[in-house]
Amino acid sequence: MNFQTLGELAKLAEERGIGIGSLMLEEQSAESGRPKELEFAKMADYYEVMKDAVRRGLTDNTTSPSGLTGLDAQRVKSYSESDEPCLGGAASEAMAYALAVSEVNASMGRIIATPTAGSCGIIPGVFISCQERFGWDDQKMVYGLFTAGAIGYVIANNSFVSGAEGGCQAEVGSAIGMAAAALTELRGGTPAQVVHAVGLALKNTLGLICDPVGGLVEIPCIVRNGFGAVTALAAADMALAGVRSVIPSDEVIQVMLEVGSAMPEKHRETAGGGLAQTPTGRQIMNDLKRSK
Amino acid sequence: MRFKDVFSIIGPAMVGPSSSHTAGAARIGRVGRQLFGRMPKSVEVTFYGSFAATYQGHGTDRAIIGGLLDFTTDDQRLPQSLSLAAEVGMEVTFRSGTGLFPHPNTVKLRLYGDEPEEKLTLIGVSIGGGNIEIVDIDGFSVKLTGTYPTILIRHMDWLGVLANVTEVIRKWEVNIGHMSLDRKQRSGEALTVLELDAAAEHLLLHDLGDLPAVHAVTEINLDAGP
Repeated sequence: MNFQTLGELAKLAEERGIGIGSLMLEEQSAESGRPKELEFAKMADYYEVMKDAVRRGLTDNTTSPSGLTGLDAQRVKSYSESDEPCLGGAASEAMAYALAVSEVNASMGRIIATPTAGSCGIIPGVFISCQERFGWDDQKMVYGLFTAGAIGYVIANNSFVSGAEGGCQAEVGSAIGMAAAALTELRGGTPAQVVHAVGLALKNTLGLICDPVGGLVEIPCIVRNGFGAVTALAAADMALAGVRSVIPSDEVIQVMLEVGSAMPEKHRETAGGGLAQTPTGRQIMNDLKRSK
Repeated sequence: MRFKDVFSIIGPAMVGPSSSHTAGAARIGRVGRQLFGRMPKSVEVTFYGSFAATYQGHGTDRAIIGGLLDFTTDDQRLPQSLSLAAEVGMEVTFRSGTGLFPHPNTVKLRLYGDEPEEKLTLIGVSIGGGNIEIVDIDGFSVKLTGTYPTILIRHMDWLGVLANVTEVIRKWEVNIGHMSLDRKQRSGEALTVLELDAAAEHLLLHDLGDLPAVHAVTEINLDAGP
């Protein structure tokens, strides 16, 4: 890849006069040695898996094997259909779709890791709800996934994208930044605005720990995906409105690295602290062990 | 760069719930299947660290066995792999290991075939986002990620073997991205691992197998369908 930072990424896109999604497709093809058409087709297949996961999460029984989670997406959807949601319809829909995909994941259904399985709901939640709302075609959405991938590539190589290494800020936080950036570009934002969206979003999740109850990708991962989709919409709106990340987004990524590196091990996916070690969290863990 | 391309960020397509504990585990199992060359008759799976603590909740056990049945990370049969293994007569045992292990998410696989000499041991670690490393094969230290088509060559640690190997690969016009060799002792048995930029043609593997002092050649390609 010809870029290592978000600053370089935006500069390259501006120089070539193309969007970040198109740029990433070119870079991917150069890296893999495979034609652009094949790489695009693979991403298009992934988008179909995302759509299928949303659909299944809104219709199938998503109760997880542990019995701890499931069907929350359907609760949010039917509530927002029968009552005026506080968020408004569009954000409520993004939230329901993100919950749907995360619940499909927890119940051993098929998803795309974006960037991980723990954060797999945010990008589909934002993408598919916005596609329906704005009437975009699939091709545009697939370019959006390349935009999201470009942002994730920079974050992953300069910081981290797994909860075990950097806490939830690295998983859910990165996914929000990726979704916000892609949405900014899909709505016609410039490469500079796309990069601002990343910094704005990441600042809101800095410090978030990874504390899954029982070590399972369920509590609080699923609801954090729902919140994440809403935050991504907010960050995209700020960037499109001209709000800037005064601390440059590349510097915010370095803060994520600093904070994640300083995070105690018990707050990095080990279930040794946080929500996992509350009285109720410990009780759930003991019940799970007994039922083995 | 730890992450090389867009699909290490967007992807893999996988059955949930965890990219490290489920998708990574399935890929380690599938490397085992490809190394063994056929379905093993029996399998001993030993989990360490976080794998040992949470393997049932994450379906790590089902993912490993699914990989050994040659399922890819997004195969929807993965959740049923334990009963599918029983149906095809694969004996499976799980245990939790103690002692030193290289990573929080470590698994050791012992695979056995019909004949007593058909056996293989490998140790794999799942490093996040579905990415893996195989760190040990039958006591040889290796570093195999499965991200690229990979060739494993068992040979004697004799003068010039490696030169012959690279000459064959040059002839077939494939580029080597990463290469490692480990040996049991000087002039003893050795294992060379080559990560390639393109899948190896069948005839390339055949040519390598014909080289003097080469005992066996195996290809790992996780991108290939079952």
